[in-house]
Amino acid sequence: MRRRRFLEIAGLGLAGVCGVPVARALAGAAGTEPAPAALRGKRWAMVVDQRKCLTRPGCQACIQACHRAHNVPAVKDPRHEVKWVWKEQLARVFPDRVTPYTPAAVKERPTMVLCNHCDNPPCVRVCPTQATWRRPDGLVMMDEHRCIGCRYCIAGCPYGARSFNFEDPRPSIAGEPTDYPTRTRGVVEKCTFCSERLAVGQRPLCVEACEGVGCGALVFGDAGDPGSAVAALLRGGEVTRRKPGLGTSPHVFYLL
Amino acid sequence: MHDAGKVLLGLGAFAGLVTGPAWYAFARGKGDPPELQRPAGGGTCIEPTGWIRARHMELLDGWRDAAVRRDEHVYLASDGRRHAISLTGTCLGCHVEPAKFCDRCHAYAAVEVFCWDCHQQRKRSRP
Repeated sequence: MRRRRFLEIAGLGLAGVCGVPVARALAGAAGTEPAPAALRGKRWAMVVDQRKCLTRPGCQACIQACHRAHNVPAVKDPRHEVKWVWKEQLARVFPDRVTPYTPAAVKERPTMVLCNHCDNPPCVRVCPTQATWRRPDGLVMMDEHRCIGCRYCIAGCPYGARSFNFEDPRPSIAGEPTDYPTRTRGVVEKCTFCSERLAVGQRPLCVEACEGVGCGALVFGDAGDPGSAVAALLRGGEVTRRKPGLGTSPHVFYLL
Repeated sequence: MHDAGKVLLGLGAFAGLVTGPAWYAFARGKGDPPELQRPAGGGTCIEPTGWIRARHMELLDGWRDAAVRRDEHVYLASDGRRHAISLTGTCLGCHVEPAKFCDRCHAYAAVEVFCWDCHQQRKRSRP
C-alpha cells in the first residue's frame, strides 16, 4: 500500500470513529421546552394595598400559605429565623416616612414585606456563583444548587429580604412537608414570586391566600401589560416603593 | 538481575494488599450487582434503560438547568413522548422508594447521592 493511500484510509477511519457519537447525539430528538400552561409576563410586579391589609389586624394568611407550601422552617432562635414573607413595623419598612410627630400607632403598623424583585438587584451583582440571578421577566431567582453560602447577597440586599440557613431546616418544618424541595444548612433563601407556580399557570400563593380570606390586598400581574390590574394601579400614581433613592427599582409597590 | 526473588515477592505482597479488599468483598458476596426494586406498574422509562443507566446523571443535570435556570419544565424524550421535568414527580412517580432503587446502586458504586438533602423522598402511592 502506498503511503498516500494509507493516510487517506486512516483519516477516513478516524473521522468515522469521531463522527459516530456526534451523529448519534445530533440524531436524538431529546430536548427541553417550556410548559404550555405557563404564565408569561414582560415584567412581573406586585402591589401591596396597605389600607386593605390593615383592615384585618393579625392576619397571617399570606405568610402561612407561603411558608407552608415552600417548607420554610419555623426556627425558634430569632437570630437564625428564615422568612420569605413577613410583617414588619412601618417605621422599619419606610423609615423616610417617619417624622418626630408620627404617632407610635402609625409607626408600628404591620407592613407586609418580601423580596422586591428589583430591576437592578444588588444581591445579583455580588453573588460570586450566579446562584441568584434576574430573569428577563423580572423575577430574582435562587438556584440553591449553586449557592455556596457566602452571604454576600444578604449583605447586598438593602431590604433584608434574604435568610440564611444557619442550621438544618428540616427539623423545624411545621407539619407534613410538601413536594417543594427543602433547603440545606448553609444556603440562602428568599421569595421567588412563586416561579414554580407561574411555570404551571398559577399566580403566587400569597396573592391567592389574601383573596381567599376576602381581603385582596395583594395584586400581582404584568406591569408591562397595560391591561393588567397591576398596571392600572401603577398608573394611578399613588404607589410608593422602598428606598427608591438606592436605584434598585423595586417591583413590589405599596399603597400606604 | 540481583534479588529477583525478593523483588517479585515484594510486588506480589503489594498487589495482594492493594487488591485485598476487592477479594474480600468478592468472597463475602458483596461483589454481586445490587438488587433493584422495579416499578410496580411496569411500563417503560422515559429513555431506554441502558442509556438511563449510563447517563441519568447528565439527564438530571440538564433537567436541573432547564427547570431552574431556563424555566423549561417539559422534557421531550428521544421517542417523542413528553414528560414533566420533575425528579420527585416523574422519576419518583414510578421509583417510589429511592432507598430501594437509586441508593442501592449508589452504595454499591460508592457514589454519594445528595438529591435527597433537599428533594423530598416521601414514599408515595400511585393514584
